[in-house]
Amino acid sequence: MAEQQVHMRLWRGDAKGGEFRDYRIGVGEGMVVLDVIHAIQAQQANDLAVRWNCKAGKCGSCSAEVNGKPRLMCMTRMNTFKPGETITISPMRAFPIIRDLVTDVSYNFRKAEEIPAFKPKPKEADGTRRMFQEDIDRVQEFHKCIECFLCQNVCHVIRDHDDNKPAFAGPRFFVRLASLEMHPLDSNDRMELIQQKAGLGYCNITKCCTEVCPEHIHITDNAIIPLKERLVDEFYDPVRRLFRVFAGK
Amino acid sequence: MAEEKYETHEYDVIVIGAGGAGLRAAVEASAQGVKTALVCKSLLGKAHTVMAEGGIAAAMGNVYPEDNWKVHFRDTMRGGKLLSNWRMAQIHAQESPDRVLELEEWGALFDRPKDGLILQRDFGGHRYARLAHVGDRTGLEMIRTLQQHAVHKGIDVYMECNLQRLLTDAGKISGAFGYWRESGKFILFKCKAVVLATGGGGKAWKVTSNSWEYTGDGVTMAADVGADLMDMEFMQFHPTGMVWPPSVRGILVTEGVRGDGGTLKNTKGERFMFNYIPEFFKVETAETEKEADAWYEDKKNRRTPDLLPRDEVARAINSEVKAGRGTEHGGVFLDIASRRSADYIQRRLPSMYHQFKELADVDITKEAMEVGPTCHYAMGGVRVDADTTAATVPGLFAAGEVAAGLHGANRLGGNSLSDLLVFGRRAGLYAAEYCKALKGALAVNTDQVNAFAREMLAPFESKGSENPYTIHADLQECMQDLVGIIRVESELKKALEIIQQLKQRTRNVKIEGNRQYNPGWHLALDLHSLLGFSEAATLAAIERKESRGGHTRDDYPNTDAKFAKVNVVVRKKNGEFALSQEPLPEMPDELKALLEEKK
Amino acid sequence: MNGKTASLDQFRTLRTDSWWLQPLLVFVGLGGFVIYATWAALQDAHYFVAPYLSPFYSPCISANCVHKTIPLIGSWWNLSPAFLVLWVPGGFRATCYYYRKAYYRSFFASPPACAVRDAAGSYSGETRFPFLLQNFHRYFFYLSLVILAFLWWDFILAFRFPDGFGIGVGTVVLGANVFLLSLFSLSCNSCRHICGGYLNSFHSAPGKYKAWSFISRLNEKHMEYAWVSLIWVALADLYVRLLSMGVIPDVRIF
Repeated sequence: MAEQQVHMRLWRGDAKGGEFRDYRIGVGEGMVVLDVIHAIQAQQANDLAVRWNCKAGKCGSCSAEVNGKPRLMCMTRMNTFKPGETITISPMRAFPIIRDLVTDVSYNFRKAEEIPAFKPKPKEADGTRRMFQEDIDRVQEFHKCIECFLCQNVCHVIRDHDDNKPAFAGPRFFVRLASLEMHPLDSNDRMELIQQKAGLGYCNITKCCTEVCPEHIHITDNAIIPLKERLVDEFYDPVRRLFRVFAGK
Repeated sequence: MAEEKYETHEYDVIVIGAGGAGLRAAVEASAQGVKTALVCKSLLGKAHTVMAEGGIAAAMGNVYPEDNWKVHFRDTMRGGKLLSNWRMAQIHAQESPDRVLELEEWGALFDRPKDGLILQRDFGGHRYARLAHVGDRTGLEMIRTLQQHAVHKGIDVYMECNLQRLLTDAGKISGAFGYWRESGKFILFKCKAVVLATGGGGKAWKVTSNSWEYTGDGVTMAADVGADLMDMEFMQFHPTGMVWPPSVRGILVTEGVRGDGGTLKNTKGERFMFNYIPEFFKVETAETEKEADAWYEDKKNRRTPDLLPRDEVARAINSEVKAGRGTEHGGVFLDIASRRSADYIQRRLPSMYHQFKELADVDITKEAMEVGPTCHYAMGGVRVDADTTAATVPGLFAAGEVAAGLHGANRLGGNSLSDLLVFGRRAGLYAAEYCKALKGALAVNTDQVNAFAREMLAPFESKGSENPYTIHADLQECMQDLVGIIRVESELKKALEIIQQLKQRTRNVKIEGNRQYNPGWHLALDLHSLLGFSEAATLAAIERKESRGGHTRDDYPNTDAKFAKVNVVVRKKNGEFALSQEPLPEMPDELKALLEEKK
Repeated sequence: MNGKTASLDQFRTLRTDSWWLQPLLVFVGLGGFVIYATWAALQDAHYFVAPYLSPFYSPCISANCVHKTIPLIGSWWNLSPAFLVLWVPGGFRATCYYYRKAYYRSFFASPPACAVRDAAGSYSGETRFPFLLQNFHRYFFYLSLVILAFLWWDFILAFRFPDGFGIGVGTVVLGANVFLLSLFSLSCNSCRHICGGYLNSFHSAPGKYKAWSFISRLNEKHMEYAWVSLIWVALADLYVRLLSMGVIPDVRIF
């Protein structure tokens, strides 16, 4: 296939401000957006800042917004665009920009620290740990998360309302919390944390996290909603509350 | 010239690199009660370990009770063409089951068979199904588990912080110096011990499964302070990387595809691996398709040659393509669709399915994949003590891919993740012990630090006009063409010349923009380590005049008994690399006996 | 746009596709249903024609019903009997996890679509009244099961024509209606939780695991069931209404 010219608009700038700049460059067969970014970097803008690692959708580094949609650049093929279409690449919006396509995602690492660790139950009598595939299927889906933080980025709770950040953990960490809560061996209780500090109630289940997840994790249906239901068990179930009063718990 | 400003931090142990080995080392050092920091070039959790697919080799005997550390030891030694450090191979085989179970204690969830223990899968060169795994994303499970464990242990993590130089005081490690990628500002760590867990240098090759991070930093930093490097001639070319479309060339296709039933075929539809069974593996390898097919049903049969060690398979594919039986894109076919159901493939190999679907428009449950060799893993690296992982410079430790010894001339699939855990832990442990036992104060030479800082800023003030990306591309071209799978002395010497020229050109690199998150500048600095790694690898490749494992010489196509007894060691003297051949440590008789058992 | 001090905040969205289309369709669909349902409930007429009872008025529990299912409420109730029951399916749908997504996007523009800025400046989600009440979804689910039982009963009654056993188009309409409503109710996320989702280990509870797996499969289509059952229930009411008004005849199949 002959090389085609494409027109890219990339956000260039830092915390002080920036602008979209236009680049025209040739693309070859099978190229993904990240390849084009690399070509621009090598040929036209050596200092173009971008994060990437594996280039195979496994590490979750090259998150950005392609024509306004949160995506991994390494998994966005150029042949999905119409010929002649201008392709706009901007950094993730929910996080403070560092430079060009690179943002400060430290919010996510701070939230990770707030989650109580896995605490296993005692071992079986024979010293082993037995778990069954049906017990771990659910949690293994959550463990597919590559921490690209696209779900955090698209979540309007923090994307559009920066002031909510202290009170809201975000979809990535609801997935993490769900993976711990549903872990067949875990013995920690994180229910109060999920309701209070992690702010599950802020989520209005509009499902954008699920839409953008490159690992196709059913974040809303399999992690967030089951956690909401568990909170109902814990805090909004009058029958259970009454029962607890009598049981003296 | 004005002195460059830098921030200073003090720790006992600095772990450089936050893949499996670095995380495990940091966890261990911190548990030993020494002040530990973990420093990594990328964000936490993005290291190469995340890309590992197949599994962690550990002789737990869950699937085959016959399996034990002795068999694993034997497989590792034979896979490494008997060049592995026997003691490392022994420790590795003995300790890896505990390391796997430990991950489970920290929350990892491996796939399970019916009895609820950990399921294990078949892999090349392993006699029994031995790899604890999670579908084909085992590395992700491992790094996330370790990462979360480290975070909960409160270990200080310096992310996107690139350490470039080690500092010594009277021959002992006293610190490390580098820069923050985000701001471009310099940072100095004063410390008693450094654990290198920086991985390899596969980014010096063009067709590679390695990311931008794999620039040989650890190897070069260690060599720069006088540490020995060993086995640098052995590069593993993974037999199955993607070959089409061009932009994905080199991306890894897990060996799990073959472990789970995939077979290699040429364009004539022949399962060509039967023509490439070496004498060394004849007794344990099936000779006919029928016999190989029986193995898929009952693993007591001799195994298919598709699962020979990686060096053998990579060479075979290379030969098929050269003989004109390859695909138009220069690969061969890897077919699992004709043996396994779509459901099975999607369950066992979800990320392979996804990868081919999204990147190549290929549905692997219906069509064959096109694959070819890709630069994957450096068997060689920093020479370490088998028990303590100590390098030859006091205070310097190395674990994982950056360390040499365990894998000898060729690494078996699955032995890397277990290597990271076993020797990562040991590195953390012995680095901590070293710190506790260390007497007297260490000093950091500020003149030297300032000199490093000036050196690192030079590209901004350069009068030249070299583009760092162009130099990198030229180096990749050179290593791919001249120091690739099949090597010959004249080409290796030519490569050395080119490397020298590239070193000269690197002095004329000109950087545009400022110090804040500037990938052009970062690459310019990484060229130092990429060139160091490439030079050491090329020199060692010239020195070993035989073919063995991940080093194949067209001019010396056979193994040579003389070279079976030595490691090639490279060390820097007065700024130049010098070579020596050093005898392998003597193996105890009871271990020798294990190798001779023909089964 | 080209000033050096510009920020990305100036863009409401950078999406170039027609992201507004889906929320618009949902707005029209849901809005249309609410208007029709309110109008139909207010009519207090044309909801029964033997043997069919409109699902909007079932169970009919007040003394003023044309067709009394169980007359629990005395003659003091003089409003449309639909209001005595409609709050249950209404509440069930209003607190349903799917509909929440739909109306938060389409009616509250919070957010209108992914990566498009929220209309409101501040946001507290479901942490405060009235949205805190969304947590009572599961009680609406329980109540809906009661209503469903009556709708199944209505379906059985729909075979009893004045001249004996028979099947009319209306029978099929009511049957399909209760079937779809059952699918919608059983595929609900709360049901999925109650059936076994609350467990951390399925191995020791194989029955619950089977139930949970089954509901999980249904749940994947919860949105589809929500729409089909919504449209069908309105059509079922319309069918009975038009029959009763004499606009259309009921065709006997058997």
